[in-house]
Amino acid sequence: MAETAPGTAKPLLEARGVVKRYGHVEALGGADFTVYPGEVVSLIGDNGAGKSTLVKILSGAVQRDGGELLLDGEEIHPKSPVDVQNLGIETVYQDLALAPELSASANLYLGRELMKPAPLGWFGALDNKRMLAEAMQNFTRLGVNLRDPRTAVANLSGGQRQSVAVARAAVWATKLIMLDEPTAALGVEQTRRVLDLIRRVSESGIAVVLISHNMPDVLAVSDRIEVLRLGKRVAQFTAGHVKSDDLISAMTGAATFEGTK
Amino acid sequence: MTTLDTPQDGNRLIRLLKLAGKQSSIWILLAFILIALIFTVMRPEAFATQFNWTNIAINASILLILAVGQTFVIATSGIDLSVGSVLVFASVIATQSTLTLGELLGDPESVVAVVGGLIAGLIAGALWGVFNGVLIAVAKVPPLIVTLGSMGMAMGFAQIITGGNDLRGLPTSLTQTVGSGRLFGVIPYLVIIAALIAVLSALVLNTTRFGRYTLAIGSDEEASRRNGLPVRLHLIKVYALSGLLAGLAGWLSVARFGATTINGHSAENLDTIAAVVLGGTSLFGGVASIFGTVVGVFIPTVLKNGFTIIGIEPFWQNVAVGAVLIAAVYYDQRRRKARSRR
Repeated sequence: MAETAPGTAKPLLEARGVVKRYGHVEALGGADFTVYPGEVVSLIGDNGAGKSTLVKILSGAVQRDGGELLLDGEEIHPKSPVDVQNLGIETVYQDLALAPELSASANLYLGRELMKPAPLGWFGALDNKRMLAEAMQNFTRLGVNLRDPRTAVANLSGGQRQSVAVARAAVWATKLIMLDEPTAALGVEQTRRVLDLIRRVSESGIAVVLISHNMPDVLAVSDRIEVLRLGKRVAQFTAGHVKSDDLISAMTGAATFEGTK
Repeated sequence: MTTLDTPQDGNRLIRLLKLAGKQSSIWILLAFILIALIFTVMRPEAFATQFNWTNIAINASILLILAVGQTFVIATSGIDLSVGSVLVFASVIATQSTLTLGELLGDPESVVAVVGGLIAGLIAGALWGVFNGVLIAVAKVPPLIVTLGSMGMAMGFAQIITGGNDLRGLPTSLTQTVGSGRLFGVIPYLVIIAALIAVLSALVLNTTRFGRYTLAIGSDEEASRRNGLPVRLHLIKVYALSGLLAGLAGWLSVARFGATTINGHSAENLDTIAAVVLGGTSLFGGVASIFGTVVGVFIPTVLKNGFTIIGIEPFWQNVAVGAVLIAAVYYDQRRRKARSRR
């Protein structure tokens, strides 16, 4: 998305000098990270670089020990994942957080169920009809291909499950969704579908943060790429100008990059 | 990518039949009908009578109320071993309250005393449920251990209060109405109450947020937590519901027998678990059927009744139910494994 290239737009979400310690271990030693509105930005780094710690801080699951977190230029201090969700930011973890025995449509509305109007609603009656209809609309809009959204999630393929989790995040996020290794367990075709879904989400105006080990995936879908190494941002790349080798060099410290390439 | 297939109304019946075939409660219903048919063919004059079926229904009704609570608990992938003991404890509290209130009011037949007993019994049951729920949801002690402990404690307290002797002398305003009374002289009130509870709880399980949360937590507790469900509070509510229903069952039990039956409920926890699992509710949580539980309660009752009528020792009922129970869990486990391989 050219109009949201760095330098020309205000960041949507910004982490500045974020510090996180676990006892004597410093997981993040002043890490920076920037997301611009509507872009797909990949966060990459070797094991132990601090990616998951940073994502946990951004998603509210863990609280930072130092540094600033800015959303639309204003500092935020989320205390829980629900706080972050209320700000319009959704996270899809590796384990997807789906209830396998419930249907895809029930999972889409899990914790945010639509209730029937007044008299029945008082007794907690669910409006399953409306949830199903709206779930079908949303799955269609996002290109999630399910034969029947009433099927239990356990009966779906790995790729379909991943797509349901991403779709749920996309439906409820108003600003940003973060995906932790969304294609790690998927085959080639299923991966392609999830990457397509990521593009669709970003086209709808919601920014996407992709955490991944898979360089071809990262290069295929990202607008920008940021590299973490030993708890700090060591490089930023704009997609299209970068090769897999550059990313790996930055991740492993074989080459150093001054700011943005 | 293409659009979703819109489910077509013309295929609805086929879809419904396919769906029904996948529900284990349908198979257990077929098994139940088969059992009833066999007994009917063998001794129609004794088995297939209104008198006999009314008896079967009365015998099943109190167990059904306990099993409904157990269904919700097992749906969360929990277990409640305390239901029988809580029933006894609540029946003691209800009886003592009714007797004391009757004395205070100077009228042992007073309706106020009867209703007071009901309320006291419900509260006593619900409190045991809250006790279980808090230890399970907040202190994170496994349900099997918590309810095994409260099973012993509730029974112990019931024996301490009564000195081990059953309380008697309940007013006929209770025993001859709720206990042995019949609507239009035909349908026992006990059966009507149990049926109402079953219908109401089926609605709660399948159409309300309470039911949805119960299944979601049983399906994946961590996922439910991350989606913002109040997991702890909900688990406490589910165990409280099981305790409340055990309290109601305790009150109905004293209404039926006109006295407490302290030593008569030691097998009810296992009977309810068997009924729930036979009915297709998964011991691993997330899948539950109240309809299945109803059938699951009737199978052992009908077997016992039928064996007696055709002259087989009724002890065979225990053997048959035990074997079917193991088969049902084996089937459930196989189904889960087959699915997780995808």
